[in-house]
Parts: sequence; C-alpha cells; structure tokens
Amino acid sequence: MSVQVWTYLIVGITFALYIGIAIWSRAGSTKDFYVAGGGVSPLANGMATAADWMSAASFISMAGIISFTGYDGSVYLMGWTGGYVLLALLLAPYLRKFGKFTVPDFIGDRYYSDTARIVAVICALLVSFTYVAGQMRGVGVVFSRFLEVDINTGVIIGMIIVLFYAVLGGMKGITYTQVAQYCVLIFAFMVPAIFISIQMTGNPIPQLGMSSTLNDGSDVYLLEKLNGLSTELGFNEYTSGAKNKVDIFAITLALMAGTSGLPHVIVRFFTVKKVKDARKSAGLALLLIAILYTTAPAVAVFARVNLIETVSDKPYISMPEWFKNWEKTGLLTFEDKNQDGNIQYVADAQINELKVDRDIMVLANPEIANLPAWVIALVAAGSLAAALSTAAGLLLVISASVSHDLIKKIFLPTISEKRELIAARLSAVVAVCVAGYFGINPPGFVAAVVALAFGLAAASFFPTIVLGIFYKRMNKEGAISGMIVGISLMLFYMAKFKLGWLGETPPSSQWWFGISPEGFGTVAMIINFIVSLLVCQFTAAPPLEVQEMVQNIRIPKGSPEIISNH
Amino acid sequence: MKQNYSQKAYWNTNLKYLAILLTVWFLCSYGFGILLVDQLNQINLGGFPLGFWFAQQGSIYIFVVLIFVYVRLMNNLDKKYGFDD
Repeated sequence: MSVQVWTYLIVGITFALYIGIAIWSRAGSTKDFYVAGGGVSPLANGMATAADWMSAASFISMAGIISFTGYDGSVYLMGWTGGYVLLALLLAPYLRKFGKFTVPDFIGDRYYSDTARIVAVICALLVSFTYVAGQMRGVGVVFSRFLEVDINTGVIIGMIIVLFYAVLGGMKGITYTQVAQYCVLIFAFMVPAIFISIQMTGNPIPQLGMSSTLNDGSDVYLLEKLNGLSTELGFNEYTSGAKNKVDIFAITLALMAGTSGLPHVIVRFFTVKKVKDARKSAGLALLLIAILYTTAPAVAVFARVNLIETVSDKPYISMPEWFKNWEKTGLLTFEDKNQDGNIQYVADAQINELKVDRDIMVLANPEIANLPAWVIALVAAGSLAAALSTAAGLLLVISASVSHDLIKKIFLPTISEKRELIAARLSAVVAVCVAGYFGINPPGFVAAVVALAFGLAAASFFPTIVLGIFYKRMNKEGAISGMIVGISLMLFYMAKFKLGWLGETPPSSQWWFGISPEGFGTVAMIINFIVSLLVCQFTAAPPLEVQEMVQNIRIPKGSPEIISNH
Repeated sequence: MKQNYSQKAYWNTNLKYLAILLTVWFLCSYGFGILLVDQLNQINLGGFPLGFWFAQQGSIYIFVVLIFVYVRLMNNLDKKYGFDD
C-alpha cells in the first residue's frame, strides 16, 4: 500500500475514534462542560494534560529546532518540562482546593474584584488565541503534505472535527479524546525514533542510542561524529551553544513560568477529585511528557546526521524520492549556486545551496531513514493528534472565559445553568471559527507570537497566582497593577523588538540586558512581582474573609465538589 | 481569622519542602545545564558531554523524580496532621 492510502486509513481510524468518544461523553451540565464533572482519575488527567500540553510545536517543530541549534535548543527541553515542577509545587494543589471553574474565577475571587477578573479574562484570551491559531495552521500543513489537499481545506477539516467534540462534549469530551490522542501521538513519535535508533546505533532505546557508538563499525560516538560534521561544514559544535548565557537563562525561565501559568494547562487540574489527585496527576503528566521530551533530542541528533550524510556534497540528481516530495511543498529548496550539480550544505550563507525548514525534520525523518509506509502515515496521524488536542483545550478556555467569566460572573449573573451551557457552546463555535480564520489567513506575526504566548503568561498569571496563594497580605491593588504593568511591558517589548510595530526592528545588540523577546517574559515577570509587592505595601490589606480563604486553600482537607451555581 | 497551631506547623513544613525541592530544581537545570555547562562539558558521561547531558536529558529525569518525591512527602504530611481526605 502506498503512503497516501496508509495515511487515509490511519488518520481515518483515529478521527472515527475521536468522534466516537465525543458522542459517548456528551456534556449534560456546565460542570461537565467546564471541568468534566470533576471526577477524572489522576492517570486519565495526566494523559489528557500531556496531550493538551504537547502541541504541534512539541511534536513537529521541537526536535527540528534542536536539530538545527544543538545545545541552544535545550531551552525548550528544560523550559517546557521544568514548568511542571512549578505547577505541581506552587499552583495545582491549591487551585484545586479552591474549587472553581477557571483561572479568572480564582483571580476574581482571590482579589475580590471584577476589575481583576476582567484583566485576567483579557490575558487568558490573548494567550489562548495566539496559541490556537498556530495549532490550526499546523493541522493545515500536515493535511496538505500527507493527504495532498489544499492547506485551507485541511484547516477546515480540522475545524469541523474540533467543533464536533469540543462543542458537544465540552471538557468531558475533550478529556477523553485527549486520552486517546496521547496514545496516538506518543506511539507515533516513538516508533520511528526506535527504528532509527536501531538502524544507526543498534540500541533500541533512543535516549541511550543518542550517546552510543555508531553501528557502521567505526566505533565513533554519535555525538562526536556530529560535532565533527558540524564544524567541518562551518556550523557550531553541536553540543555547545552560540547564544549568550543570560539569554538562555531568561528564555528557559520564561518558558517554565509561562508553562505553569497557561490557563489551558491549569484548568486540567480542576477536573480531578482531590488535592492529592491534583499533585499526583501533575507528576504523571510530566512523566508522560518526559517520554517524548527525552526522545526528541535523540531524534534531533539522528535526523541531523542522516540529513548531512544524505545531502552533503552529493549530486542533486541522485537525491531520493522524499527530497523531491518536500521540494514541492517549498519547505526544502535547492539552488545550485556554483553550477556543479552537487549539493553544498554549509553554514556560510553565500555558498550554501540548501534551505531546510526546521518543521520537516520530524515529518520527513521516517522517509529519510527509509522506514515503511505505515510509519510515515503514523507520524501524520500523530501530528494531527498533537495539534487537535491542544487546539481543543485552548478553545475550551476561550469559551469558558466568555460564557462563565464574562457572561455569568459579570454581565448576566442571573443566567440559568441551561442557558449558560448554550452560551458556552456558542462561544466555542465562534472561537473555532476565529481560530480557523487565522489558520487560513495567518497574519504574518502569528508564528512569532505563538512563541511569545509563554512570555505573556509568565508576565501576567504566574506572579499573580503565586502571590495569591503564598502571600496572604497581597491585595487587589497590587495584583491588578502587577498584571497590567507585566503584560503591557511584555507587549511593548514584543511590538518593538519582534514585530517591528514601533518603527524599524532594532538589532539584537539593542536588546535590554542582552535578552531576546522570547526571554523577556522573565524580566516582565520580575517587574510584575516587584510592582505587586510595592503597591500592596501602600494600600489596604485584603478583607478578612479573603485572608481566611487563602488560609483554607493551603490545607488539602475537604476540597469542595466543584460547584457551579455560586 | 484564626490559624491554629497545627495549620501553621503544616504550612511551615510545606514551605521547607518547597525550598529544598526548588533548590534541586534550580541546580540541575539552571546550574548544571546552563551556568556551569562549559565546565561540566569537560567531563564525559558515556558519549555525552556532562553539561549537555544535564541540559537535554538529566534535568528532565530529575524534574519527574522531584514531583513524585513531593507527592510522597505531602501525602505523609497530610496524614500526620490529619489533613488528608
């Protein structure tokens, strides 16, 4: 069977599975819709969190980025996993004990203020929309390459699937489809990695294969060989970086704090029964995520060595089939600058003749390594699972922010549960359409902004929630000014240094403290902390009942059933 | 707003655990994976330069262990103070 038939088959089966689960787990109440009824087991929640978290960026792009940047790519590995330590230790158990539906719910109640609630809703929408547009685009790219449909058709197919189970099932439908999607995506990621690891090093465990000697009888360590190849072609040594340490430090910290402040990840911990379960499922989630995250750097090394050995100084006409396939998508381009018919792939941009988009490393990897057709199809299904599961989680945050935090809590407090559920479903529909629109007509800055969603979350939610739990004296004046200053500063820095909205984008030598826009979330977060603490000292302490509430969420006993009419 | 003695003792122990675990968290990622990476790269662990190993493998394993240690410590602490449910 050809790759395309396999792809239709495997993608078709997984989609049928997701739809089946959606029908089986329809939401009947707002509690079902927002927090899956509040009785999800720690393991199921761990799997759902892992799928929710691992997006098209983790599945498709991350190994590719590491492949091209070597040590510098470590920021994503540490940043996107270390955040779970913060989440498990500083946020998840307490937010579960608090026992409401959304992150703005917590901020609104803890800071006894609708202004705080609205600021939180705006931050949540800003973070989630930027993130979701990237996911829909990822769905489109996978469809166009593997099923050979137009990217826009791909986006629309993706929209329909997500609409179906997010609108029908709400959090309940999303949770159980995410469990299935985790299984699909981890299987799809591991199978080719294991195959290639055996091929290149004889070791079936990619994490160990990465540090083994090559299989070709040369007895050279794989990483040593890659370092040699890289320097020979003028690239940096793979295992040492090119970025400055301050920036590496800042980016890692921004990604960690951002990860633990992302609303779609936090709400997952509202779905378990007890505080104990929230802690445990954070651990399980990270364990399940770590399987992919420790394999990705191995895939990066394998793919890099394979790519260099396949193309470097080889005649263009002898290139294998996959090379031509990816050329058609425009993600791989060859220009024979010196007209010798061979491919010169080197660091020097003047001489280099091959441009490889980092996103194709994972997608093309099985083809480069000559793996069977069904493995290639599996990778397509896995990337769709990764993109769809994250998109669904984000859409739920968007719809809950609108129907619960804005309509129910601010504009129409008397709305009945039934009508709130209708409002939630309608806002999910609108959110999917907006996300789809951005997927089809990506404004030039979407890709840039997705990477910065973490900075935005770090600059707004992380300090406010942590202080709300660990500092009883923190009041609404401090929290609101901290959030506003933090997120505005981050937006300003993005606009100036990344998007170029304020005149020409200044060169990196003008970055503040040498920190890139990706790492600036760290600075904005620290400023948020400082502003909150300062303002708080000069304004009145929070009311006694709020201080009592803080006392209460610190003790696990008696976590309330999550309640809706309140 | 009354805070009884056992609540206070429970919270202080929790803060102590957090301080210890977050120190390890910081050391294995920011310490060994970033600040000291060049020095550690002089040492080899199998086919890995050690600093590079911490940045791309070791820190992640340690993160997972840290959360499970925390789960264990807190479950015991909850029991000790009768705060589990």
